[in-house]
Amino acid sequence: MNVVATTPTPNPSPQGGGESIAAPSVVEARGLSLTFDTADGPVQALSNVDLSVGRGEFVSFIGPSGCGKTTFLRVIADLEQPTAGDIRVNGLTPEAARRARAYGYVFQAAGLFPWRTIEKNVALPLEIMGYSSRERQERVARTLDLVNLTGFERKFPWQLSGGMQQRASIARALAFDADLLLMDEPFGALDEIVRDHLNEQLLELWARTNKTICFVTHSIPEAVYLSTRIVVMSPRPGRVTDVIESTLPKERPLDIRETPEFLAIAHRVREGLRAGHGDE
Amino acid sequence: MTASAASTPTESPATLRRLTDGKALPIAIVVAAIVLIWYGFTVYLNAPWQIGLYQRAGTEWTAADLVRDTMAQERPVLPAPHQVVAEMWKTTVETRPTSNRSLLNHAWITLSSTLLGFAIGTTLGVILAVGIVHNRAMDKSVMPWVIASQTIPILAIAPMIIVVLNAIGLSGLLPKALISTYLSFFPVVVGMVKGFRSPEAIQFDLMRTYNANRTQTFFRLRWPSALPFLFTSMKVAVAISLVGAIVGELPTGAVAGLGARLLAGSYYGQTIQIWSALFMAAALAAVLVALVGLAQRLVMARMGARP
Repeated sequence: MNVVATTPTPNPSPQGGGESIAAPSVVEARGLSLTFDTADGPVQALSNVDLSVGRGEFVSFIGPSGCGKTTFLRVIADLEQPTAGDIRVNGLTPEAARRARAYGYVFQAAGLFPWRTIEKNVALPLEIMGYSSRERQERVARTLDLVNLTGFERKFPWQLSGGMQQRASIARALAFDADLLLMDEPFGALDEIVRDHLNEQLLELWARTNKTICFVTHSIPEAVYLSTRIVVMSPRPGRVTDVIESTLPKERPLDIRETPEFLAIAHRVREGLRAGHGDE
Repeated sequence: MTASAASTPTESPATLRRLTDGKALPIAIVVAAIVLIWYGFTVYLNAPWQIGLYQRAGTEWTAADLVRDTMAQERPVLPAPHQVVAEMWKTTVETRPTSNRSLLNHAWITLSSTLLGFAIGTTLGVILAVGIVHNRAMDKSVMPWVIASQTIPILAIAPMIIVVLNAIGLSGLLPKALISTYLSFFPVVVGMVKGFRSPEAIQFDLMRTYNANRTQTFFRLRWPSALPFLFTSMKVAVAISLVGAIVGELPTGAVAGLGARLLAGSYYGQTIQIWSALFMAAALAAVLVALVGLAQRLVMARMGARP
């Protein structure tokens, strides 16, 4: 395990699966590697990653671009195939988990279908999964309320701001009640103020729904503010260099970001990122 | 910009003014220039024959006589615009539409095979595109043939299609329509293959995360994404369908239709008839393209396109 290689971990190794988390893990990766064959030769996007994500956790993946954080998320979602190692999602292979509609995925771009209204966009997965029209309506209303978009049902995506569009795409991922939410830099394209606001709402939503969230980001404050655990990754080859358990309370007002505790965690994330860089 | 403009109540008169300022005047100027140049060429091209006529008859003539007479010939090299307009008026408004001399009658015959050929061509084009997008073998094997089919001059194979289909007992509307089909399926195939492949990678990924099957992905993602491409291809397809129908009428022995009008006109040197048939064909094409454009606007508006 390369997790302990660069930075001393105060807690007993957090990826020990059963020992630190009582509930069965939602994501369990063992020696996971993925190599892309590109025109310039093979690129190792993931190298020997061990990680387990417990039920109800909020895990952030942070690292510079090319560190494989998005790739890891895509492997969980069965959008990429690992070349070595083993990964289980809810105890199943990623493909079986995807077929069982085990997760909702929020992409970097909202990716709403421009020809569908907001409610129709949120209803898209429900249509595909064969929910009755009554249930669709009821779920669309409920999830739009969850992301504070009630009243915008009949709007088309272009009539909404970027932040609202991203919220709609989160509602779309939540609509079918998957327990796992995979979010790939969902707020990366938004400005700081909107991002703060959405971070706050996301925490609230997480507290209310009890979902497990895997969240890819390149922002240190965002990772520290949101997560119960932060996975620091480094590039070439993509690997985990540190896993930090957050000591922050579950209740997190925005100004928690000024507290020494917060800054200490942020500092450790920064150290981890720097150490990963120094490895090259 | 559009959003703020839409909220101001003064928008519609402003739009109207912009339209007239922006388009009507330049178009009028261009049309006037074309008509003027046309009249110039009418005099220039018809003058030699007219002068020969004067000389043989031994009449005195002035420049004014020449100008007047070159615009009133029965079989001019180039008829004057007003001659064409008069002929069109005579053969549309003043002739019974059921008559064999009515331009409307001929236009309808051409239009019906245009529309039939266009409908078959569009359907065929969409079906081929669906196959090409979903099947690797079809992608590799069909596309080259589709492109090759368009390198054959339609004038060369149109008579053969008519003759072959006649031999197997098909005559009348369908053979002509099939020539329209032959031309019109091509832009639809090319446009729809591009359209069906136009969704972004993350939209396909999204459908995959829902474990959507091919049919669901097709109808919920590929088809709506391809609609703008469909209408653009259909605009091209409907115009060349008309060309196909006219070409298809040429080898049928010039019985009826705008193509027949063109052929008969050229047999008997009826240039005025040729030009009025040409203008009727152009007007028909313009109307057809405009109708497709209208359908496009209606459908796109329903699909939430920005106004």
